[in-house]
Amino acid sequence: MTAFFQSLGMSYEWAWFVATISAILLIALPLLLAVAMIIYADRKILAAIMLRRGPNVVGPFGLLQSFADGLKVFLKETIIPTSANRGLFLIAPIVTFTVALIAWAVIPFGPNMALADINVALLYILAISSLGVYGVIISGWASNSKYPFYSALRAAAQMVSYEVSIGFVLLSVVMFAGTFSLSGIIEAQQGHVFGVLNGFGFNPLLFPMAVIFLISAMAETARTPFDLTEAESELVAGYQTEYSSMSFALFWLGEYANILLMCALNAILFWGGWLPPIDWAPLYDFLFTPEITGMFWLFLKILLGFFIFSWAWATLPRYRYDQLMRLGWKVFLPISLIWVVLVSGYLMLTRHGGLL
Amino acid sequence: MIHVFAFYLFASIVVASGAMTILARNPVHSVLWLILAFFNAAGLMLLLGAEFIAMLLILVYVGAVAVLFLFVVMMLNIDFARLRAGFARYLPFGLLIAAVLLAEIVLAIGVWSFGDLGPDTRMATIDPDVPNIEAIGRALYDRYLLVFEGAGIVLLVAMVGAIVLTQRERAGVRPQNIGKQIRRRPEDATRNTQPEVGEGVEL
Repeated sequence: MTAFFQSLGMSYEWAWFVATISAILLIALPLLLAVAMIIYADRKILAAIMLRRGPNVVGPFGLLQSFADGLKVFLKETIIPTSANRGLFLIAPIVTFTVALIAWAVIPFGPNMALADINVALLYILAISSLGVYGVIISGWASNSKYPFYSALRAAAQMVSYEVSIGFVLLSVVMFAGTFSLSGIIEAQQGHVFGVLNGFGFNPLLFPMAVIFLISAMAETARTPFDLTEAESELVAGYQTEYSSMSFALFWLGEYANILLMCALNAILFWGGWLPPIDWAPLYDFLFTPEITGMFWLFLKILLGFFIFSWAWATLPRYRYDQLMRLGWKVFLPISLIWVVLVSGYLMLTRHGGLL
Repeated sequence: MIHVFAFYLFASIVVASGAMTILARNPVHSVLWLILAFFNAAGLMLLLGAEFIAMLLILVYVGAVAVLFLFVVMMLNIDFARLRAGFARYLPFGLLIAAVLLAEIVLAIGVWSFGDLGPDTRMATIDPDVPNIEAIGRALYDRYLLVFEGAGIVLLVAMVGAIVLTQRERAGVRPQNIGKQIRRRPEDATRNTQPEVGEGVEL
């Protein structure tokens, strides 16, 4: 894109600047639209599983429901509790929202279609997702109220715990791909199983890691069955209790952008990202160009992943806190640790020439 | 131009938030300023081309260490009056440490600018074509393998030690045994009875 703006007669630096800004807008604005639609999809899936109708009043099939909700919270009054820590109280939702958006900078949407195709992309995502907890902790503390504070403490412990197993899962994927770059990981998956199936998830050695990643992603985004941070039967609404209006909406948008990000990561790391599931040439560009076809496959995989998230929400009861900690530390951590040893042993045997 | 702008942005925020870390009255604010300082230090490292170190700085310090730090500071009920009472008592000691640090910085800069410690005269010069991660991996797992593994074992022992020290068997608690719960069948736990009217039930 820089070359295009340079052809309009700008100097290289200005062209780079304008190209980057427009690429950011090109990712962020459709992302916000996608978040609005995914909230609608979530409610519809939930309603279908619970044999209800779901939103069906605003617009055709209720499609505009999220925008009506957005307009509603936008017009409401922002209430700041008198004893709250004012600055931090307002910064917390902004932190959550920003962190949820900046992680998308390294996601490759198609062949050569990432805003920043850096060679430490996976580490960047891991670093950014570990920042997500600050929004929750700061909001819980700054609200100066009992329930948000409990929620913040729970969130801190929960996210730190599950990040450990996510780290080990990513490590085994990185060992198979031999790179931290997301587009490199996707390319390594081409014809991974028998030269036919694209995706590490089809590999029996990595499939258990895909399952652990999916469950840990639910815990990391505090989605049911792990939504102890906003368990309404215990904590009113958790860290969001004191929030209203736009600050509340920013939490919501950030949460769903994070969920979409985790679905995208799941698609990229285990199911081949923008590659079609089967390595067969016509599947690479049956829609206009290879880029658009790549986006089609990636979005299809993201939506399938999101459907699993919704399905889990509708089906599973909430974990108790000690069960959550047990699952993270006593089940996932040992399994993923052993798996890292297994995967590295397998790779030494097959790829790097013998165990010694 | 963007490089210079980014450098001054990151550098000034690092210095300012470092100052705010010690000047803030509320300890939670201090920790948050410290986190901002970490974050911008990572930005400076990115400008230097050390992207791996920058990511690790955010991942380890901001993502894990500072979260736990914040966690502890939030839970503590700190008495500010008593905290300030110690100020005069610890002042000489603090000044001493500050002087030592200043002397070290001056010495280091002096050696750097006058001596032969420039980046190109180091023992293992870094090939600009090799990515950061690979260069560090080669140094750690090739050249310094034994030392690196030794450090790993020390950390492992420290971790096991911490767990052993805090672990205690408490009598009278009934922990959940998930295997036992799953093995339990309806036949073992329930029975059907047909009590006669007026006889009551046997429990």
